[in-house]
Amino acid sequence: MKEKATRHEMPCQDPVIRAHNFDEVALGYSKETAVAEAKRCLQCKKPLCVGSCPVEVLIPQFIKKITEEDFAGAGEVLKEKNSLPAVCGRVCPQESQCESKCVLGIKDEPVAIGRLERFAADYQPAMGKSKVSVPAPTGKRVAIIGAGPAGLTCAGDSAKKGHAVTVFEALHVAGGVLMYGIPQFRLPKEVVQSEIDNLKAMGVEIKVNTVVGKITSVDELMAEGYDAVFLGTGAGLPNFMGIPGENLNGVYSANEFLTRANLMKAYRFPEYATPIKVGKRVAVLGAGNVAMDGARTSLRLGAKEVYIVYRRSRTEMPARVEEVEHAEEEGVKLYLLTNPIKLNGDDRGWVKSMTCLRHELGEPDESGRRSPVPIPGSEFDLDVDTVIVAIGQGPNPLLTKSTPGLELNKRGNIVVDPETMETSKPGVFAGGDIVTGAATVILAMGAGKKAAAAIDKYLKNM
Amino acid sequence: MYKVANRRQLAPSIVLFEVEAPEVAQKVEPGQFVIVRTDEKGERIPLTVMDFDRTKGTITIVVQDVGYSSAIINQMTERSAFLDFIGPLGVPTEIENYGTVVCIGGGLGIAPIYPIARALKEVGNQVVAVLGSRSADLLILEEEMRAVSHEVVIATNDGSAGVQGFVTDGLAYILNQGKTINAVWAIGPVVMMKAVAEFTKPLGIKTIVSMNPVMVDGTGMCGACRVSIGSETKFACVDGPEFDGHLVDFDLAMQRLSYFKDEENRARARLQCNHEGGHH
Ligand SMILES: Cc1cc2nc3c(=O)[nH]c(=O)nc-3n(C[C@H](O)[C@H](O)[C@H](O)COP(=O)(O)OP(=O)(O)OC[C@H]3O[C@@H](n4cnc5c(N)ncnc54)[C@H](O)[C@@H]3O)c2cc1C
Ligand SMILES: Cc1cc2nc3c(=O)[nH]c(=O)nc-3n(C[C@H](O)[C@H](O)[C@H](O)COP(=O)(O)OP(=O)(O)OC[C@H]3O[C@@H](n4cnc5c(N)ncnc54)[C@H](O)[C@@H]3O)c2cc1C
Ligand code: SF4
Ligand code: SF4
Ligand code: FES
Repeated sequence: MKEKATRHEMPCQDPVIRAHNFDEVALGYSKETAVAEAKRCLQCKKPLCVGSCPVEVLIPQFIKKITEEDFAGAGEVLKEKNSLPAVCGRVCPQESQCESKCVLGIKDEPVAIGRLERFAADYQPAMGKSKVSVPAPTGKRVAIIGAGPAGLTCAGDSAKKGHAVTVFEALHVAGGVLMYGIPQFRLPKEVVQSEIDNLKAMGVEIKVNTVVGKITSVDELMAEGYDAVFLGTGAGLPNFMGIPGENLNGVYSANEFLTRANLMKAYRFPEYATPIKVGKRVAVLGAGNVAMDGARTSLRLGAKEVYIVYRRSRTEMPARVEEVEHAEEEGVKLYLLTNPIKLNGDDRGWVKSMTCLRHELGEPDESGRRSPVPIPGSEFDLDVDTVIVAIGQGPNPLLTKSTPGLELNKRGNIVVDPETMETSKPGVFAGGDIVTGAATVILAMGAGKKAAAAIDKYLKNM
Repeated sequence: MYKVANRRQLAPSIVLFEVEAPEVAQKVEPGQFVIVRTDEKGERIPLTVMDFDRTKGTITIVVQDVGYSSAIINQMTERSAFLDFIGPLGVPTEIENYGTVVCIGGGLGIAPIYPIARALKEVGNQVVAVLGSRSADLLILEEEMRAVSHEVVIATNDGSAGVQGFVTDGLAYILNQGKTINAVWAIGPVVMMKAVAEFTKPLGIKTIVSMNPVMVDGTGMCGACRVSIGSETKFACVDGPEFDGHLVDFDLAMQRLSYFKDEENRARARLQCNHEGGHH
């Protein structure tokens, strides 16, 4: 008989202390806790959890290895399906994916699959580099545009098939949102870098500082002899609200704010040369992961008061549950059912307050969610000196505009065959946020994986 | 790494660098810019391309020392190399035969106007250049500009060279000769571009300016570079940097350039400390 243990919490830095540093918030399981948590898993014959993981990680198998204290073995099992397990263990919205279907969750709390995945993945680097066997070259060349999770996954899987892979990345480092968007305290950049180094060890060539659409184009790459191209350029176009005062000083897009802080390490200014300016009272517009990251980064950069301003209610907040909890523990305040209508500036052009309108939940809309309805006459001013706009990102048109023959939908996302991820342009595949709109790391990876399989098939039939 | 092939001091705080960047040099067109980073801790700094040599594979940039990062760049020597050199970025200048065009470069703005003037001349325009600076010793690239223009008018604030006054006085001087001007390019400090646009607007002369807002990625991802054009928000790095000067909100552009002033002063102070050998 299995003893009935409750789900094991993961130790975290004290909220009061961590709100002022950029060290990782969650500290990870110890060996003992990991083994104890792993023993909760029932090792289901038909594991429902696996079906809800976009890359179908062999969940019971890797957890079994942990119970046997074969931690390196657990890591090997993870790597069979997931090329970035240390990342996914940290940032997947597990509550709506793998853990949502775990049978234990019906009566009790689900197995902490994400925490175990993180534990096993982190165990590996300590053991030194795992050996990579490079398959015989096929002589085919694959070009990958964009080094985010979609592109990196497609690159890894294509390299495993023996194709020569080159990744072209616009920024000066690979990683996409994992490097420029998600903060250090949630996903240490060393973790991402070591996953990227693994890819390089497999022979993947990564060319940074290469904006495709400017220095080269998809057609030119194909003319140069790449046999297939994968587009994984992400959702990198910041949306603004379109309200008066949005160009005042002190108003950032979340992308700018987080890029300064993460990619350019402005939190270590002036040692690092890129500046960032955070006032005393910060309003973050939106309630997704991006908004939580903006809010928690502001706190760490010295803001006294940080507000999340969101026009719907708590239940509709799209962020991972853990991020909202962590943000509130650290002192971020939620202004729900509230929407700004105007930003007001001082005589030097700096934002000084935000006029907001309160809302209430009305009738359900087509999506079934109750839509927020403004309450007439409920305007009020919130004093703020920094505003971070985190209301979503659209597809960046730089690449798609420079690639003739690509079918786009009316939002500007690339249209693909959902089975093969092939676009309307022969030999060109796409996946990740550029296809789905802003989504998740693991969905982008799932798309990269699917595309790699389809590309392999396409290359074999050539 | 992108090696410095050539370095030339043009004026007390202005340096020209020829940099080995063969792939960028293959593709760049007049009006475009690059983003450079000197080292691992460096800022991403946008700089307009002044010249390019497709066979040698080099790009020429001209940098004015105005703060921390530009000072670091200007200390580079012919043995140095840039860590990152990204481009070409932005939309190239629309080069066609307009008739008579005036290319105005103010201060450092003479560098980016140079390849535009050359390209406009090559397609058959009558090119008149107006070069402005505070005084004669700060005037850069005069010879180069003479080589790519039919006529050069110089305006210095103190009258130490050419007509005394601003570039708009130079423009007035050309109009007084009875010339019909079909289009104007103006690149320089925002106040200068604003003055030129205000001067040409009542005359109905098409005027293109090149905006230089604060930038981070240069690919349309961050929105730091937003400018207001005819009350529409545009991203200068992908929609520009050139815009119709009669539609630009210059006051907003000036306000946004002061965004990081306090932080810039802190960085600058640190540079001076390091120079004095102290750590404070
Ligand atoms: C702040 C923030 C927090 C997030 N938090 C989470 C989270 O906790 N959990 C989660 O699952 N998801 C999270 N997400 C979403 C997740 O990061 C994305 O869904 C995922 O990164 C998408 O992957 P991708 O590979 O499609 O694109 P991206 O990660 O956006 O990568 C695209 C890459 O392509 C490059 N590129 C673009 N255009 C070009 C071009 N023309 N030429 C060359 N390169 C180009 C870009 O520079 C970038 O590196 C978050 C997103 C943000 C912004
Ligand atoms: C598209 C574009 C093209 C450019 N081309 C050139 C060029 O060819 N040569 C050149 O020397 N500079 C050019 N600049 C300006 C250059 O990027 C800035 O001077 C540089 O970023 C300043 O960095 P810093 O750390 O040295 O100075 P900071 O300490 O950041 O700033 C010092 C002072 O310069 C002002 N400043 C800051 N950023 C800019 C900016 N982007 N434009 C103008 N003033 C600014 C600030 O208001 C401040 O007063 C260009 C800018 C853009 C956006
Ligand atoms: S990759 Fe994400 S969804 Fe899949 S098992 Fe791991 S944490 Fe769960
Ligand atoms: S559903 Fe839950 S208990 Fe069953 S195998 Fe998956 S994790 Fe283990
Ligand atoms: S510099 Fe980031 S969008 Fe233009």
